[in-house]
Amino acid sequence: MNHVLSVAGATKKFGGLVAVNEVSFDINEGELIGLIGPNGSGKTTLLNLISGALKPTSGNISLNGALISGQPAHKIARQGISRTFQLVKVLPGLTARENVIAGAVFGHTHVWGDEAEELAESLLEKVGLSDRGDSPTGAMTYIDQKRLELARALAGNPSVLLLDEWLAGLNPSELKIGISLIRDLRNEGLTIIMVEHVMDAIRSLCDRCVVMSSGVKIADGEVNQVLADPEVVRAYLGDADA
Amino acid sequence: MSLPTTREWQIAVGGLIVLIGVALVPFFGSGYVLSLTVNIAMYTVLCTAWAMFSGPTHYISLATAAFFGIGTYAVGLGLETLPFPVLVLVAGACAAALAAVVGIATLRLSGVYFVIFTLGLAELVKQVVTWWQTNFTTSVGLYVFTDFREQHILWMLLGLAALVFITSWAISRSKLGFAMRIIGNDETVAKHVGIDTARAKVLLFVISGAFIGMVGAILAPRFAYVEPPSAFNTMISFQVVIMALLGGTNRIWGPLVGVIPFTILMDQMTAYFPNHTPIVIGLAFLAIVYVLPHGVTGLMADLGKLRKRFKLVAANAGEGA
Repeated sequence: MNHVLSVAGATKKFGGLVAVNEVSFDINEGELIGLIGPNGSGKTTLLNLISGALKPTSGNISLNGALISGQPAHKIARQGISRTFQLVKVLPGLTARENVIAGAVFGHTHVWGDEAEELAESLLEKVGLSDRGDSPTGAMTYIDQKRLELARALAGNPSVLLLDEWLAGLNPSELKIGISLIRDLRNEGLTIIMVEHVMDAIRSLCDRCVVMSSGVKIADGEVNQVLADPEVVRAYLGDADA
Repeated sequence: MSLPTTREWQIAVGGLIVLIGVALVPFFGSGYVLSLTVNIAMYTVLCTAWAMFSGPTHYISLATAAFFGIGTYAVGLGLETLPFPVLVLVAGACAAALAAVVGIATLRLSGVYFVIFTLGLAELVKQVVTWWQTNFTTSVGLYVFTDFREQHILWMLLGLAALVFITSWAISRSKLGFAMRIIGNDETVAKHVGIDTARAKVLLFVISGAFIGMVGAILAPRFAYVEPPSAFNTMISFQVVIMALLGGTNRIWGPLVGVIPFTILMDQMTAYFPNHTPIVIGLAFLAIVYVLPHGVTGLMADLGKLRKRFKLVAANAGEGA
């Protein structure tokens, strides 16, 4: 059992709709996994189950062998799961630096005061926002807000980082920057799950891919192999192209 | 986090001088001025305590009357058995306990549901007290006879005001204060960075409620005869909200800016148009929401930013030329 994260039979029902249906997979330390699938296949719901935004109807999720499913989000965050959001969520009333500090005070890392400021400064530099610490965040460009959100997630020194369509909405040149940023994180040994629609990013970044369709896991394996799988092609493009 | 800055020291010293100045009012001012000063001091503590919780969370609490009334009744009931200073603490503890129960039960409610619940709560406590007094005691009210006069009440309120400002300031620099700012910005983010949002909100609601309860206790001798409609006066809840919003809740001293003009206005209104005070409150509320959504201090901050931007534009234009 040296899986960092284990998802076993995770199921989420919203009334009669089964958004995530008996999904299981394990992630090893340092792996970068792409979680892909057509719109509405349950990817974000699965991330919400892992981060604790939603409680699974059934099934278990454990982090480093300890059960986390069913716990509230703040407890899960404290155990080392950080995330970004599909619709970018910066804290508009706080400066960029404070946004990053927010991720470092209450979670998996507990720093405060000068130590937190230093950490924030180094993370801002890492994501390409050096000298922007005092900027008001409301006026930032989209990619800068995404960078900031990433820095906040990293500030918690996570065991597992969840990226929910972090690359969505970026223009081609921003996309290159974004991909190289994630690659750097992987090279540092961070374990990452990324929900993504940008296939170039999946191909160039991920070791492994988990594919979901209508709430069910339909494929799991090496990226090129998975993307060639007839069932995966059918899920995306329909029967005629498979 | 770190030692107070020079500016914070300046504000502290300035505040102390003002406090001492106000404490001398009883020796120089007329009875009317003194009573107006007591009102201002009372609303200063109430609004600052209210803003402690409602400022960062944006949860509008109308439970002020409930905490205030609890404090008043604690004094009314305990006057025979306990010394007054102890009663003030007891009043704070009772209000804190009520705030904890209410907080745990309702802070999961958001927006308008919370507002309505807190309004209902004040009414509920009032009705329960009335019911209890009519059924189990001989009278509907309580006598509060003490040797305290206006100036003593003022001095006690000023002491409490100093305490509430120091507490507010300490919280704003603490992790709890930072957590509240994050919650006020985005509660989902707050949870996902590891903040126990329910606990933080309840904690602040309790601290805020305790101060309001203590104000109620200190004001009890002024009533002399305490009965539910005066102790649990819903008008207090509304006035506190209006004054705090008028001043602005983004600075610790913000509510004060609203309290002084509004208390004087209300005083004049009750003197000359006693039957029209609700109209004034209503109009004031409309005016604040439409004209000063962030209060006077918010407006000042906006103007400051605007001036900075103009300077920047001017500087750039100068460089260009």
